[in-house]
Amino acid sequence: MSFWLDQLVNGLTTGSIYALIALGYTMVYGVLQLINFAHGEVFMLGSFAGFGVIVAAGGADVSGPMVALVILLALVAAGAASAASATAIERLAYRPLRNAPRLAPLISAIGVSVFLSHLVDDGFLNGEGRYYPQVFPADTIEIGALTISYLQVFLMASSVAMMLGLSYFIRSTRTGKSIRAVSENRENASLMGIDVNRAIVATFIIGAIMAGFAGVLYGLFYSTIRGSMGFLPGIKAFTAAVLGGIGSIPGAVVGGYCLGLTETVGRELLNEIPGVNLPNEWRDVIAFGLLVVILIFRPTGIFGERVSKRA
Amino acid sequence: MALLSISGLVAGYGGITAVKGIDLAVEQGEIVTLIGSNGAGKSTTLRAISGLVRPRRGAISFSGQPITSLLPHKIVALGISQVPEGRGIFHRLTVRENLDMGAFQRRDREVGADMERVFALFPRLKERAGQTGGTLSGGEQQMLAIGRAMMARPKLLLLDEPSMGLSPILVETIFETVTNIRAQGTTILLVEQNAAMALEVADRGYVIESGVISLHGTGAELARDDSVRKAYLGEA
Ligand SMILES: Nc1ncnc2c1ncn2[C@@H]1O[C@H](COP(=O)(O)OP(=O)(O)OP(=O)(O)O)[C@@H](O)[C@H]1O
Ligand SMILES: [Mg+2]
Repeated sequence: MSFWLDQLVNGLTTGSIYALIALGYTMVYGVLQLINFAHGEVFMLGSFAGFGVIVAAGGADVSGPMVALVILLALVAAGAASAASATAIERLAYRPLRNAPRLAPLISAIGVSVFLSHLVDDGFLNGEGRYYPQVFPADTIEIGALTISYLQVFLMASSVAMMLGLSYFIRSTRTGKSIRAVSENRENASLMGIDVNRAIVATFIIGAIMAGFAGVLYGLFYSTIRGSMGFLPGIKAFTAAVLGGIGSIPGAVVGGYCLGLTETVGRELLNEIPGVNLPNEWRDVIAFGLLVVILIFRPTGIFGERVSKRA
Repeated sequence: MALLSISGLVAGYGGITAVKGIDLAVEQGEIVTLIGSNGAGKSTTLRAISGLVRPRRGAISFSGQPITSLLPHKIVALGISQVPEGRGIFHRLTVRENLDMGAFQRRDREVGADMERVFALFPRLKERAGQTGGTLSGGEQQMLAIGRAMMARPKLLLLDEPSMGLSPILVETIFETVTNIRAQGTTILLVEQNAAMALEVADRGYVIESGVISLHGTGAELARDDSVRKAYLGEA
């Protein structure tokens, strides 16, 4: 029993990170019909900004109530760094191609992604990783058969809080409504007096804040960070967004958790079949197998609308 | 000085020149109609005024200020709103949110009162305030589109075929609304294929054919004109 509960918690933990990153993919797709492949690097840059703050504050020596403050500062720095980089990427790599054929910005996105990950890895770190100082108390909580670390509780709860905040923002604020209007029809939105470029930049910034936040959580949880760290979580989060229905915000959240659970609980369930023994490395195979299956059988995902409506 | 004045406007898409050098003016307080058959260039003219297509040549000015190369949201800020062809309702937004979008640039405290005014004008919209735009009927969507444009408190309202696809009774309602909106002080440029109704409510009209203005005059003059009667009023 406790084994399955552990798997469940692990699934929800990775699922939280996928969901946070997936939001940026799905929102940018909503306004621009662009897969922002550089989003994984926006996540990576946020993670490094948070790392910088924690190291500057004393790294593993930080203790007591200071931990909360340092983590808060790290999250703010990560959000700011990710937002700034996403804004620059939009301005330099995507906006000039706004009216180009759709393949052009996609190639530009892949170029930015490769450039940034190599810039950090080869330009600054000589291919070495960095280790997030373990500032979080290592204590665990036991609830019946379930053992869960403080870090996991924080990670899951703060992710949910961020997503609730985002949902409120999109639903109720003026900027949020302008983003929804631009997602539905850019031209009609401009006839309402909405500055379309401003709404697009706001979309990039909000998605980036979520990714930067996820970057810090990732560092705290997995500890090693490097320039190429954005690739796999990025592409998994993209899978999650497709699973939920690209363009749909609830879809990204549900897709993220589904993917996290499929990788962990799903893999262990398969292992229950006699003769099957899939080690942990199989999680990626399962995740991308899932992507292929969705693309074949339900390309619009769980919450997706018929593609013809958008075209 | 005319409220809106267009001179030598040329506009199109890629290899197509849809509007081939037209002159048009709308005075403060007027209802002016632009009539013409399918593909004549009516929508392109309105799209150029709103900044959705960039004119290739010519000039558009509003209250004496050139607006030819402004972005659409800047043109809305100056006081020009458009109800586009096909209504342009946001299907995933509720009726109320659609109306909010109309008032996007307003920061004053009377937005709520204006929304009540729209609801008073179109009680059907009030009943459906929480429904998404996509669930409305064609007529309701047209009411919403007009109400939404009025939420911006425009000086000039551009209407692109508001009667399209509506039942005769609804068409009557829409044209009555157009007259009422003018009576409240909003100037109107009305694009229509329903020439009979348009010429009835309009002070002046222009006829556009293949991107060129072929005729203009008062509504009554055009309604009496033989070529107009033949081509647009369905008379032999
Ligand atoms: N987006 C576009 N791309 C290419 N050509 C277009 C586009 N929109 C309109 N056109 C062409 O420009 C010409 C004028 O079109 P426009 O929409 O202005 O006509 P209209 O008078 O509004 O017609 P209707 O009464 O059918 O709405 C037509 O030949 C049309 O095919
Ligand atoms: Mg038209």
